[in-house]
Amino acid sequence: MNEIAFLLNGTPVTVSGESPTRTLLDWLREVRGLTGTKEGCNEGDCGACTVMVTDAGGTRALNACILFLPQLHGKALRTVEGLTGPKGEVHPVQIAMVEKHGSQCGFCTPGFVMSMAVAQKNGASDFDDQLAGNLCRCTGYAPIIRAAEAAATAPVPDWMNENLGALNGDAAPFAPATSDALAEWYESHPDAVLVAGATDVGLWVTKQLRDLPEVAFLHACTDLQKIEKVMGGWRVGAGVTIAALRRAMADPHPAFAELLRRFASEQVRGAATIGGNIANGSPIGDAPPALIAMGARLHLRKGTTRREIALEDFFLDYGKQDRAKGEFVEAVTIPDTAPGLACYKLSKRFDQDISAVCGCFDIELNGSKVENARIAFGGMAGIPKRASAVEAALTGRDWTLATIEAALPAFATDFTPLTDMRASAAYRLETAQNMLLRYFHERSGSAVSVLEVEA
Amino acid sequence: MSVAKPVTHDSGHLHVSGTARYIDDVPLPANTAHLAFGLSTVAHGEIASLDLSAVRAAPGVIAVWTADDLPFANDVSPSIHDEPLLATGTVHYVGQPIFLVIADSHLAARKAARMGRIQYKERPALLTVDDAMAAGSRFEGGPVIWTKGDAAKAIAGAPRVVEGRFEMGGQEHFYLEGQAALAMPAEGGVIVQSSTQHPTEIQHKVAEAIGLPMNAVRVEIRRMGGGFGGKESQGNALAVSCALVARLLGRPAKMRYDRDDDMVITGKRHDFRIEYRAGVDDTGRILGIEFLQLARCGWAMDLSLPVADRAMLHSDNAYNLEHVRIESHRLKTNTQSATAYRGFGGPQGMLGIERAMDHIAHQLGLEPLAVRKANFYADMPDASGGSISANKKQTTPYHMEVEDFILNGLVAKLEASAEFASRKAAIARWNAENAILKKGISLTPVKFGISFTLTHLNQAGALVHVYSDGSIHLNHGGTEMGQGLFRKVSQVAAASFGVDVSSIAITATDTAKVPNTSATAASSGSDLNGMAVKAACDTIRDRMADYLAREHQTVPAKVHFEEGKVFVGGEEMTFAEAAARCYMGRVSLSSTGFYATPKITWDRKAGRGRPFYYFSYGAAVSEVVIDTLTGENRILRADILHDAGASLNPALDIGQVEGAYVQGAGWLTTEELVWDDKGRLRTHAPSTYKIPACSDRPRIFNVALWDGANREETIYRSKAVGEPPFMHGISVFSALSDACAACGPNYPDLQAPATAEAVLAAVKRARGTKQ
Repeated sequence: MNEIAFLLNGTPVTVSGESPTRTLLDWLREVRGLTGTKEGCNEGDCGACTVMVTDAGGTRALNACILFLPQLHGKALRTVEGLTGPKGEVHPVQIAMVEKHGSQCGFCTPGFVMSMAVAQKNGASDFDDQLAGNLCRCTGYAPIIRAAEAAATAPVPDWMNENLGALNGDAAPFAPATSDALAEWYESHPDAVLVAGATDVGLWVTKQLRDLPEVAFLHACTDLQKIEKVMGGWRVGAGVTIAALRRAMADPHPAFAELLRRFASEQVRGAATIGGNIANGSPIGDAPPALIAMGARLHLRKGTTRREIALEDFFLDYGKQDRAKGEFVEAVTIPDTAPGLACYKLSKRFDQDISAVCGCFDIELNGSKVENARIAFGGMAGIPKRASAVEAALTGRDWTLATIEAALPAFATDFTPLTDMRASAAYRLETAQNMLLRYFHERSGSAVSVLEVEA
Repeated sequence: MSVAKPVTHDSGHLHVSGTARYIDDVPLPANTAHLAFGLSTVAHGEIASLDLSAVRAAPGVIAVWTADDLPFANDVSPSIHDEPLLATGTVHYVGQPIFLVIADSHLAARKAARMGRIQYKERPALLTVDDAMAAGSRFEGGPVIWTKGDAAKAIAGAPRVVEGRFEMGGQEHFYLEGQAALAMPAEGGVIVQSSTQHPTEIQHKVAEAIGLPMNAVRVEIRRMGGGFGGKESQGNALAVSCALVARLLGRPAKMRYDRDDDMVITGKRHDFRIEYRAGVDDTGRILGIEFLQLARCGWAMDLSLPVADRAMLHSDNAYNLEHVRIESHRLKTNTQSATAYRGFGGPQGMLGIERAMDHIAHQLGLEPLAVRKANFYADMPDASGGSISANKKQTTPYHMEVEDFILNGLVAKLEASAEFASRKAAIARWNAENAILKKGISLTPVKFGISFTLTHLNQAGALVHVYSDGSIHLNHGGTEMGQGLFRKVSQVAAASFGVDVSSIAITATDTAKVPNTSATAASSGSDLNGMAVKAACDTIRDRMADYLAREHQTVPAKVHFEEGKVFVGGEEMTFAEAAARCYMGRVSLSSTGFYATPKITWDRKAGRGRPFYYFSYGAAVSEVVIDTLTGENRILRADILHDAGASLNPALDIGQVEGAYVQGAGWLTTEELVWDDKGRLRTHAPSTYKIPACSDRPRIFNVALWDGANREETIYRSKAVGEPPFMHGISVFSALSDACAACGPNYPDLQAPATAEAVLAAVKRARGTKQ
C-alpha cells in the first residue's frame, strides 16, 4: 500500500498503516497531538474542525471530522497551528478576532479563523456564506463578522503559500487515477464503497460506527471533475464539487446557483460532489429536484458499458436506484437553457440545513398559455420526484391565478409526504402547493422572498 | 483604573491560535481508559435481561460495569438523590445510562457501548405535560401557588377579560464543547478535570461515589467551551465515572460524549405550557391576572424546583400587578431531566406575560407598547441610590419591593434611538403594499432578578497571592465558560493594586484553592467572585500600605497604588519593589477573600421575601419579515438598550448582550426539539437541531449599554449580565406575532418556537382560514 503524502503546515509528512477511513480530525488530535482543531459534532455540521486544504484547484475550507486521510494525498493541509507564522507572526484574522472580541468560549474559534483565513486568501467577502458552516453559540456572530471585515483588506501572509512541489508524485493510495481504471476496478469489486467527498460516507463511519468493506476514493479521477460544454448543455463530471458546479451555474442558471448557495456549507460544498449527491439517492438531496426540473440526463457506466437515462428515472424508490452492481454515476448533462427555472428551498434554518421541502419549477409559457411544465420536489416522497399530475393540470392552460388554484389539488395526487422532525406532512403538502403560488407571483413581479427584504 | 475598560478576553490570543486548552486537549498518559455509556432504548420499563457478553468481548474493552459494580453511592443528582449514575432495574427515559464501558480508546468504547443486548418489560411512558397531569405525576406533590391580592375577584370585576394558552418549547444548550471529564488516580484520592460550571458539586458527587471525604478529591477546570447552564449538573455522570475508574482500576480515565449522545443523555431547557387569564380596563391596564404554568421536568428532579420557582418569579416581568395568582406544576415525565439553561425558568415566565401583553393589546385594539407602558412599575427617581419614600411602594407578586425600576426612562430612550414610532408607521404602509410578505415590529422589556433563589448559594471565596517580584496570582470560585469572568475579575484585582491587568495570572478554578463554591450560574459570577477577589486584594494591599507607611513614617492613608507604582511619603517605587520590600519586612502577601450577598431573604414555600439583591433591566426592539406562503421568517433589525450598571467591561458586556439576543431568538424560532411517540428525541445533532447560523443575526444590530450605576453596592456598582439579555429574544417572537397579526383580523395565537411551520399556522389563524 502506498503512503499518504501531504504537507502538514508546510512540512511534508507521510502516513502509512492507518485505516483508509481514519478521519483527519482523529489523526490530528490523537496521533499528532494537534489539538487546536476541535471536535464539535463529528458530522460536518458545526465547523469547529475546519482546516485549510490547498491543491492545484485552489484553497478550500473543509471539515476534518469527515475527511479521510487518503483524501489528503498530494495536497497541502493547514491547521490552526499553522495559521501562526513560522516565527510566531500572527495572522490578520487572528488579530482581528482578538481586537473585535470575536471569541468568547473559544471552542468554535479555531474553525472560524480557518474559514476566515481561507476567505481572506481567496479574496472572498460574502462572509455570511463563507462562515455559514461555522456555528458559534456565544457571540451572536456580530463581532465575528466585524473581524472578518477588518481582516479582509490585509495582505495574505507569505507563509500561507503552499509549496506543493515539495511532495513526490506517487499515485494516491486507494484511489484510481482515471475513470477507466475506476470502471475496471469497480466492476470486479462491486461491493466496494466509492468515496467522493465523504460528506455522507463520513457519517457512516463517525456516527453509525460502520466498518466499511473495500473503499475506493474518487478524488484522483480528474477526468471526472470536468465541466464540458456539449451540444445543448453542459456535461458535468460526477466528481465535480458542489462549489465548482455553483460557480459554473452562476451565469447560465442563476436560480440553480442560488439553490446551491444554500446547499449545506462552504466546507461541505468544497468536498461534496454532484455525483455523490445524485448517487446516494437521498430524497432530500438538493441538486436532484432542480436538475430534474431542468431535464438533466444521467450518464452511468459499468466497465466499458455506458448508458444514459433521464435523471428522474434513476430514482426508483426510497433507497433504491436504477444502478447495477459495479455501475457508477459518471456524469450528468444539464441543458443549456431553463429560463423559467425557480428553486425554492424550505428548511428550519436558511443556511446549512436540510430541506423539509425543495420545490423546483421550470414552466415555459407560449404567449398566455403554459407550453410546458417541469416540476420536481425533494422532501415530498421517498425519492426526488416529478409532480406529473400538477404539470398535467397546468400544461396547455392559461397562465392565470385561476389555473394555478385549479392545479393545487393535484399535489395530493402526486405526493403523500411524511411527518418527521423537519416538518409535518400537512405542512409539506401545503407549502409545496404554496410554492406554485409563489412561482406565479414571482413571475408576476411580486416580492416573494424574505431574503431580499431589508429593514 | 483597570475597571470599566473594554479590555479584550483574557484567552483571546489562545483561542485564535488553537492553544486554549479544553479537557479533550489534555495530553494523556499511555494507559488512559476511555469510557462510554450503554443507553436505554425505551422510555419506561423494567430491565428484564441484560446480556453484556458481546460488549465485554468487543475489541479494546477493559471492563464493563453496571449499577451492581458500584461500591458506594450510585447517584449523580444535584438535588434529591433520585438520579442513579447507572440504572437500577428500571429505566426512565430513552438515553438513560445503563452500563459503563471502559475501553482502551474512545472509538472502542463507543462501538462496544452499542453491543448490549437488553430486554425490557415496557411500562406506559408519560411523555407530555398532559400525560403527567392526567397521571398526577409531579415533583413536590401538588402545585406551588403564590398569590398577591385577589386575582379571581379582580378579574370578575374587570371590564374586559383576555385569556389564552400557549406552548413554548425547550432548548438544547449546544455548547460547542460537549461534556467531558478526565480523572487521574492520586495518593489517597483522585484529581478530576471536568468541563463544569460547578466544581464543588463535582467534588461532592465524586467523593460520595468513591466513598471518601471531599478532601480526597480535587477538581480543576480552566475553561469550558460554553456552558449556558448545561454544565451546572450535567457533567456529574462523566466526572463520577472517570473518578470511579481511576480509583478502582488505578488508571487515568477520560470520558467525553459524542454530540448525539450528549443531546440524547443530557437535560435541556424546560418546555412549558402557560395559561393566562387577565382582567383589564379599557386602557389595557391589568386589574388582575392568573397564570397556570406547566413545566415538563423530565424523569429526575435535578434543578427543576428552583427553575420553576424562577419562572413564577418572572411572571410579572416589568409590570406592577396588584392582584395576581400563579400556579406552577412541576411535572415528572419519561424524558431527559430538564435542567438549568440561561435564564433558569425566567425566560419562560417572562414570555408568559409578554405574550399576554400582546394578546391584551390585540383584543383591545391598542398598540402593544402602550399596553406595556400602562402596566410598568414606576421608575424610582433615585434609582442610583438613597431611600424611597413610603408612598411609592410597589411590590412584585412575591411581595418584594421594587426599588430600582428604570424601564420607563430606558424604554423612552430606546424608542427614540430605534425610531420605533416612525418605523411602526412605515411597516404598516409596507404591509399595505405587500400581499405575500409581511413585516412586524415589537419592543419588549426585561426585568430580571439577580441572586440565587437558594439564599445560601450567594457566597463566594477567593485566594490571592502577591509574589515578591510583584506578579499576582489569582484564584476564585467562579468558572470561565467564555463569558469573560476571568478578565473581569482580573480587572478588579488590578484595580485594587493599581497595576495593569497583565500583572495578574489567571489560573484554573481549583477546589483545593477555594473551597465550597457555588456554581457559576444565575449571572452571579462577577458579582460574587469580583467582590471576594476585591476583599482578598484589599486585605493584602492594606497590609502593604501599613508596612510601607511605617517604613516611611507616615499613615497608611497616604500610601497610593497607581499605574504600577506605589507612592508613599513623597517616594515612588514600582509595585514590584513594594512587594519585595514587604516580603523582606515579613508581611504576608497572601490572602483569602470572602463575600456574602447582603439584604436577601426568601421563603419559597410562601412565595414571600426578597429573593433578589437587585434587578437588571433592558429592552429590545426587533423588526421581522414573514412569508405568508411558507411561514419563513427573518430578523431584519434589532436595537437593544441594556442595563449593566456601571459596566466592569463594556466590550465583554456588549458581547454578552449580542450573543444572548441571538441565542434567545434561536430558542423562539428555529430551535425545535422533537420527540416521537416512543419518547425518542429525533433532533439529536446539529443536522436536525438548528441553532442560529451566521446569517440569522439581524443585519442591523444596534446594542448599547444604559448609562447608570447599580443603586446597590455591587462590585464597582456594576450589574450581572449573563442571563438578562437572553430575554431580549422575546422581542423577536412578539414581532413575529405582530407580522402574523397583519395578515387578518384574528389573534394569531403564535406558538413557540416560531418555526416557519408555526408561523404559517398563525397566519392562517389570523386570517381565519382553516388549519
